[in-house]
Amino acid sequence: MAISPIKEAPNQTEVAGSDSAVSVRNITKNYGDVEALRDMSLEFPRGQLTSLLGPSGCGKTTLLKIIAGLLEPTSGYVEVNGKTVSGPGPDRAFVFQDFALLPWATVLNNVAFGLEMRGVARSEREAIAEKYIGDVGLSGFEHSYPHELSGGMRQRVGLARALSVDADVLLMDEPFSAVDEQTRRKFQEDLLNLVQNENKTFIFVTHSIEEAVYVSDQIAILLPRPSRVSEIIRPSSFRNKGVENIRRDPEYLDIVDDIWSSLRTYVE
Amino acid sequence: MSSLILWGLLWEIVGRADLTFFVPPLSEVIVTLFSIIGTPAFQKALAETAYAFFFGVFFAVVIGIVVGILMGKNRLLDELLLPWVNVFLSAPLTALVPVLMVLFGFGMKSIIITTALFAIWIIILNSRAGVKQINRSLVEMANSFGASPMDAFFKIYFWAALPEILGGVRIGIIRAVKGVIIGQLLISIVGFGALFELYSANFLMGHFWAVLIVLFALAFTISEFLAYLERRVSYYAAKR
Repeated sequence: MAISPIKEAPNQTEVAGSDSAVSVRNITKNYGDVEALRDMSLEFPRGQLTSLLGPSGCGKTTLLKIIAGLLEPTSGYVEVNGKTVSGPGPDRAFVFQDFALLPWATVLNNVAFGLEMRGVARSEREAIAEKYIGDVGLSGFEHSYPHELSGGMRQRVGLARALSVDADVLLMDEPFSAVDEQTRRKFQEDLLNLVQNENKTFIFVTHSIEEAVYVSDQIAILLPRPSRVSEIIRPSSFRNKGVENIRRDPEYLDIVDDIWSSLRTYVE
Repeated sequence: MSSLILWGLLWEIVGRADLTFFVPPLSEVIVTLFSIIGTPAFQKALAETAYAFFFGVFFAVVIGIVVGILMGKNRLLDELLLPWVNVFLSAPLTALVPVLMVLFGFGMKSIIITTALFAIWIIILNSRAGVKQINRSLVEMANSFGASPMDAFFKIYFWAALPEILGGVRIGIIRAVKGVIIGQLLISIVGFGALFELYSANFLMGHFWAVLIVLFALAFTISEFLAYLERRVSYYAAKR
């Protein structure tokens, strides 16, 4: 099931560009003397969901923020659709762990914020925002403020904001970790539908093994000190058996166990 | 409000007891107030004071908010300016007024600058504090959606710091009232400062208190208005 994580061929760019939406090439990131990421390379297949999974301190959020263009790598580079990343761009949208909603703005204005930054006229961006607010199931809350919503609803706003800019790549930083268990399960099911129906590439950071196996087409296991990709797992058989059958599929259970046995030594 | 009535009553009693010429009864002061409020001298003083006050506060607010937000955003600028802001916040600005007179003359310009100097430091400090407590992920969020520095300034930093900014402006405006009167007393005897000078020199205590009440009422109204604005944004102040 595991394939080699390292694909280094400098002239492979065009080939990789055709099947990978995002390519991470030899990324190293240092904070002073601390090496957060060392020479990391990783491919993210187009139209699929790839999880970055690992114990805390393994640099998964750092990698995600480098892909987003929010952090500069010390060396190496990231390609999105064959173009080297030099900062945030309209081809990527970010979903934040703490939702990052503007507390002074209504749901409508929060969802429209990304479009506003892109210079879309008010009437147009509000129409788009209203559509996505409906899509995430928040119709009727357009004029509510974030503090009037539950944690789960707030993350739906964050998701609608990321979807509304129609980026190719959705970057999700532990998006469900701040919501309760039942809401999280619903989110995971919704996410599977989203991956199927939207032709987007998802990069999903999580610390939950079950969550990663449940939602992912590909799981990259990251290990800390120094941070590296130890393994890439591609679950194959249970994806099309329906959301309610995944959690008792033998392959699902095996993968969860395998990942735990390889990670357990790294958890203090 | 009810405490104001209580103190007003006490004032009336002390005044009627005729303990000191310095405190005439409140009712007498109010009668005086209405008799002078329509006089050209009073209205000229009001206009001059309002003019200096308005422009002084305007510059203090605009410059103070911008400088404060930039200090909160930029470490270098913060370290360069913060010692000066703290010095001027606690400095006896009255002692600086003669310097301003040398630099800017004896006219309205110096009075406006004095007013602004009284108000600006607390506005800078509060705006800076508001930006300092901003949730980093809001800034990252704006960046991730491609916000320009201008967008980030006006759509993130300003709003995130608004509760603190309004608090700073409210205190700054109260200090500006002091500033404008001190400026008018020390720089050129105009406006309410001139009236205070005139009335106290001639022991017209009723007139003196009447002008003071007008001044107090103006400051109180503005301050209450800003407190109202603060309450309007308090719904998110605790949830940033």
